[in-house]
Amino acid sequence: MSKYALRRLIQMIPVVLGVTFLIYALVYALPGDPTAGKCGERPCSPAYVAEFRKTYNLNDPLPLQYVKYLGNVVQGDLGESQYGQPIRDELAERFGTTFKLGVVALVFEVVVGLLAGVLAALRRGGFLDNLVLVSTLFVIAIPVFVTGRALQLYLGVRAGLFPATVSFEPTWFELLLPGFVLGSTSLAYLARLMRTNLGDNLSADYVRTAHAKGLSTRRVVGVHALRNSMIPVVTFIGYDFGALLGGAIITEGIFNVPGVGQYVFRAINDRDGQVVVGTVTALVLVYLVANLVVDLLYAYLDPRISHD
Amino acid sequence: MTTSMDSRADRPRPGETDRLLEVKDLHVEFHSREGVAHAINGVDLHLDRGETLAVLGESGSGKSVTAQAIMGILDMPPAVIPRGQILFQGRDLLTMKPRERRAVRGAEIAMIFQDALSSLNPVFPVGWQIAEMFRQHRGLNRSDAKAQAIRLMELVNIPAAKERVNAYPHQFSGGMRQRIMIAMAVALDPKVLIADEPTTALDVTVQAQVMDLLKELQAQFHMGLILITHDLGVVADIADRINVMYGGSIMESADVRDLYAHPGHPYTQGLLDSIPRLDMKGQELYAIKGLPPSLMRMPSGCPFHPRCAHAQDVCRSEFPPRVELGPRHESACHFAQEVVRG
Repeated sequence: MSKYALRRLIQMIPVVLGVTFLIYALVYALPGDPTAGKCGERPCSPAYVAEFRKTYNLNDPLPLQYVKYLGNVVQGDLGESQYGQPIRDELAERFGTTFKLGVVALVFEVVVGLLAGVLAALRRGGFLDNLVLVSTLFVIAIPVFVTGRALQLYLGVRAGLFPATVSFEPTWFELLLPGFVLGSTSLAYLARLMRTNLGDNLSADYVRTAHAKGLSTRRVVGVHALRNSMIPVVTFIGYDFGALLGGAIITEGIFNVPGVGQYVFRAINDRDGQVVVGTVTALVLVYLVANLVVDLLYAYLDPRISHD
Repeated sequence: MTTSMDSRADRPRPGETDRLLEVKDLHVEFHSREGVAHAINGVDLHLDRGETLAVLGESGSGKSVTAQAIMGILDMPPAVIPRGQILFQGRDLLTMKPRERRAVRGAEIAMIFQDALSSLNPVFPVGWQIAEMFRQHRGLNRSDAKAQAIRLMELVNIPAAKERVNAYPHQFSGGMRQRIMIAMAVALDPKVLIADEPTTALDVTVQAQVMDLLKELQAQFHMGLILITHDLGVVADIADRINVMYGGSIMESADVRDLYAHPGHPYTQGLLDSIPRLDMKGQELYAIKGLPPSLMRMPSGCPFHPRCAHAQDVCRSEFPPRVELGPRHESACHFAQEVVRG
């Protein structure tokens, strides 16, 4: 198991290198002058441009630039944004907010989604099952920016139940509504995934055996069938949490959440290449680690999968 | 047919007190949008302590449904039991409270299934699955239950039981998995063991070993064994009595030797004639013409009449009464006497 984890960690290296290089090259390839708009309404002085190009190694060929950049990253230096702030500090702060938002979304997703899925599977073809199927389809079909705006307007502005936007250091309560919006699509998918899986497992032979053993229905469903149904569900949740930690550009935009998504979005608009590359590098790492955790968990849930 | 059954059941016989199980006029239907499937139409059977009863039939004849009805593991709905009794030591299982029924299930009447790999839970160790019987029914603690699981794995001859108690089902061979199923079934010393095609999914050599084990355990624990199969070869070896099922009804019931020597039903005859024999090598194998009936559209009268060479008008209109052909030998055929005389 630890051997497997180590191997996976080593495998991450080329992935991280590849992805960061790709992002670096793409940002480099963006048209336009990186110093444009840096000096107010007039063009920057040649001295400033020269200094700027030297600081960011812009005179070197692309691969060399990348290697120099990577050297800094390895030392924990992600560079500065064009406003002169260290990206690392900014990212750390924003990542905390994104993490909080992700946790809220995940809790909604897992609690409501799994519950809906289990109830639907137990009453397949019944009223509850149809309700879950129709409502999840509804949620999946409607884009997040519509759900977000609608809930913000009705629950936030009109009813005043929740704050319509969040403060700079958002509390858990402020993140409830954005978290729900962010988690809603995954919630719907998860409910459907759980319903299908548990439904299939309930008609499996080993469930029949469990009944034949004289176990209570609660135990047959809750222990025997559920444990098997959790395998794909945990995979989905893990990958989804990895994605949630990557920030949610739309949801963070609607509710003005100062998270990573908003940061990257602004940086892309501002042509702030340092921020884009630095943030994406950090996100890639987070995502890869989340994936690794899922894969290790997978082996625990399903003994048929061996990591040796 | 129910009346003839009742009169027979009321007749005292040697070993009557050993009666473990008595199924009376059992009907099972499956209700779906397409209609009602009549899976079991008035089955009567009984089982004594230490006895092996083979229930023989093609797929769709209702043999597995009968077993699942006795176990109480039919999905209800869609299954419905509109009529009948299943008496276990005199108590009707069908009118028991769910809680009482559950106490019987697994502990008093246990069952093993055809495909041991899919019948065992893939994500729990086999020892845990056996131990669960003791933990749930007997309230044993973890370590005591595990010790019992090891004892049972040794009982069914699994090598290195102590080391393999924590292994998972996929780490065992087909025969070993079926042994684990058997260990789980006999864990609480049940009075009745139902084996639903226990060897169908196994290699021929392993089949014999598993059947031997069943026979051995049955003798050791003096269980009543219901062996459900479509394999006449398996039956001859182990069964005391045979019930031949067709279209959800029992067509013929007899002691093994009697049935093989003097089949009293055209369907039984057809089954026996379709066994490959060495002295018939090179000749075309006999096959009963036609297909088993659809449970949705049961033929009128005798369910076998569309495929029967003896069929007359009466077969198309009336369900045949049970005809006694000898001691403990009955056939549900209008022409049973003629058939048995050949």
